[in-house]
Amino acid sequence: MSRNGKKDADAFGPSITHRLLDELEHGSNLSNPLRDAQDRRLPRIAGPCGLVIFGVTGDLSRKKLMPAIYDLANRGLLPPGFALVGFARRDWADQDFEQVVYESVKEHSRTPFREEVWNQLSQGFRFVPGEFGDPEAFEQLKSTIDELDRLRGTNGNHAFYLSVPPKFFPNVVKQLKESGLSDGGPESWRRVVIEKPFGHDLASAKELNRVVGEVFSPKSVFRIDHYLGKETVQNILALRFANTMFEPIWNRNYVDHVQITMAEDIGIGGRAGYYDGIGAARDVIQNHLLQLLALTAMEEPGSFEADSVFAEKVKVLSAVQLPEDLGKHSVRGQYSGGWQGGEKVLGFLEEDGINPNSITDTYAAVKLEIDTRRWAGVPFYLRTGKRLGRRVTEIAVVFQRAPHLPFTDTMTEELGQNALVIRVQPDEGVTVRFGSKVPGTSMEVRDVSMDFQYGEAFTESSPEAYERLILDVLLGDPPLFPRNEEVELGWEILDPIEQYWASNGKPAQYGAGTWGPAEADEMLALDGRVWRRP
Amino acid sequence: MIIDLTDTTSGKIASTLVAARHRSGTPTTGAVLTLVVSTEERHHYDAMKAAGRAAREHPARIIIVIGRPDTARTRLDAEVRVGDENGPGEVIVLRLYGELSAHADSVVVPLLLPDVPVVTWWPDEGPDAPSKDPLGALAQRRITDAAEYYKPMTKLTARADAYQSGDTDLAWTRLTPWRSMLAAALDQFPRPVSAVAVSGEEGNPSVRVLAVWLRQRLGVPVTRTADEGPGITSVELMTPDGPIRLDRPDGELATLAIPGQPDRPVALKRRETAELIAEELRRLDQDDVYARMLAEVAEPFTQPLQVAGPTVEAARKAAKEAQKLGEPAPVVVSEQAEAEAGELAEPAAAADEAAPAKPAAKAPKGESA
Repeated sequence: MSRNGKKDADAFGPSITHRLLDELEHGSNLSNPLRDAQDRRLPRIAGPCGLVIFGVTGDLSRKKLMPAIYDLANRGLLPPGFALVGFARRDWADQDFEQVVYESVKEHSRTPFREEVWNQLSQGFRFVPGEFGDPEAFEQLKSTIDELDRLRGTNGNHAFYLSVPPKFFPNVVKQLKESGLSDGGPESWRRVVIEKPFGHDLASAKELNRVVGEVFSPKSVFRIDHYLGKETVQNILALRFANTMFEPIWNRNYVDHVQITMAEDIGIGGRAGYYDGIGAARDVIQNHLLQLLALTAMEEPGSFEADSVFAEKVKVLSAVQLPEDLGKHSVRGQYSGGWQGGEKVLGFLEEDGINPNSITDTYAAVKLEIDTRRWAGVPFYLRTGKRLGRRVTEIAVVFQRAPHLPFTDTMTEELGQNALVIRVQPDEGVTVRFGSKVPGTSMEVRDVSMDFQYGEAFTESSPEAYERLILDVLLGDPPLFPRNEEVELGWEILDPIEQYWASNGKPAQYGAGTWGPAEADEMLALDGRVWRRP
Repeated sequence: MIIDLTDTTSGKIASTLVAARHRSGTPTTGAVLTLVVSTEERHHYDAMKAAGRAAREHPARIIIVIGRPDTARTRLDAEVRVGDENGPGEVIVLRLYGELSAHADSVVVPLLLPDVPVVTWWPDEGPDAPSKDPLGALAQRRITDAAEYYKPMTKLTARADAYQSGDTDLAWTRLTPWRSMLAAALDQFPRPVSAVAVSGEEGNPSVRVLAVWLRQRLGVPVTRTADEGPGITSVELMTPDGPIRLDRPDGELATLAIPGQPDRPVALKRRETAELIAEELRRLDQDDVYARMLAEVAEPFTQPLQVAGPTVEAARKAAKEAQKLGEPAPVVVSEQAEAEAGELAEPAAAADEAAPAKPAAKAPKGESA
């Protein structure tokens, strides 16, 4: 596998089809004499454009979006004259907004602060105060954007980032249409960026898609699943399809089972309003974990263009089968109070804003199977939870035991199953676990790990997921954004589980700081397996 | 941790490295390449810092080779640094005294990491034929810097003649932000270009390299103006609708002007060496675009160099260089320089009988379109 982050990122390449469409639509000329396919030093710089963030005062905006925009500017990847417009219910002037961005950039950006970059960037900052349902505010937004087109030369190209709870989507999208903001004319583009959750079940996801689809064409809708922007996730495809070592054993003949884990050590924090009623499965399994499953299990795409990768992901997601007995092969839980990492923490039901009788899951584990020739009979165990042992996301491909061991039982007593673990975060990398002789005069085989560190060296310089995704939105490059079909397939997989949970039993309790409820261990014990301690 | 080894051998250095790694509890290296830096005593500290910073993006074993041929006694001294603030990987500073300095490869080869690529970088003037240099011969990628020599064009020409796949020069790397911004400008405003004007610091090889690249890509006449810099100060692409101009008078903030559109500020800071090296290490395959540009670097320009700012001394140097390349003699265009030009005309003409310099002629930019 390549250690070069840039290179792996490029494996996805621009989607030629969408590019071509864009260019045909905008009447631009393809043959730029200064461009050369062999000239790989030249980065892709977005054309003139601006970004409008709704809900700019939110956490995501301050911790991720604004710093990402600065980092992009610092790397020279934003177009000259780039404009950033904030929209929120605050009585701010442009300068107040600039100050907020300044503080968030100072605190959270990954690249060093450079005065001249900041100066050119901050000239393009505007703030529009208003409610999401207020036509006047959208009129003001429109005049702000028109002014930016004149002064900064954004040429009518704008992306609208809806960093707001989904209940506001219909309002915002409707206002965008009514104020004429959703269409910039034939010579320019308007795009809309939405964050998860994409609904809370299949019906609501379809409704959301209808609302957005009435105003924006599917090609202009960018759904952000920030996991797909992560270098390590993109590296899954490089690992699998750029090497010869892994693919031959990447099937039911060698793989015993796969465990996909996303654990958080934090509780629900201030997100009670959002979280109660949604739960871990809807929040994480439906999108992140199923995307990781798709990338791990899919067949080799014909190319790395968006359409080919999408087709393979859809194929594998359509082949996902739920266990027949959901009661035995799915587990949900809630964390109870206790000590975690040296801190005393509250239980989920004691958290502020949570109904003490809530049956919302903060832990969820399910067993899925994939009905394809490659994977038939190989279980994929997905689990996620809050207040678990530590923050970690990983994919563990656990291999079958050797069919015959020329050693006695005592020699291999401590030998486990071989495993290949893709560590998505933190401490990005790949670990291979295999048996090795313990030094000494007796023959004794024990598990050892071989480690590849992806993150350690690259964290500083490699782009953050949001940087990559924002840049791709501005470039109009869709490969890293899940499409509506993927979202709906996710709900088709999860809905029966949620329905079963709603009518059967209650969440199990697990102590904060542990690796989940005992029921989850029992679920694997049924199959004669154990959860890996990540 | 810094370990000093006096009068040592490669074998001892290698075992010191392994022992140091074991002591710190990280017995494996995550290095993706070996970076050999061939330098002089006075430059080694800066080079080590830059290499260390580049190694944060590309974990590397860094081997700094310092030749001390002026010493009579042959000796190898080494300084091994592991796990310090230099970034991931290890740094080995080698001092080669006496006769040994001519056989640096014999010391370096045993210290190269297995399998991973080797990159050699000369932070100072460097050899004319990098691939023929003993330390260059063992590398897949050879990084030189023409700007470090007092006559950069001599180095560029020599390296163009000796070019081998894997050669690269920081004078080219420095241009990436300029080239990408110009390419992006033409993406945004796709028009045929009829003429090009490039201005930049007198004697800065990047100015010529950029002019050669633009001439090659666009196939149009290129006017060059030498001024006081810093670095490249402006590029103008003439289109039927007017010029696309990218101006950077202060080396930091540039302005992009496209006809019929508002001027846009662009942060286009001159980058530090560490960033340049990091860019070089990102791709280790042959840079075909550089190879094609370099092949034409000595091809004369038909338009004389216009000298706008610098001293008479600089203009004299430019005149000599133009003569060597078979280019028309430079002309002086600025008021102040014109005043001094009386002095210039004589010696320049004396140096170049075939094409006497004519001060005055304020050639309009892109005139020969």
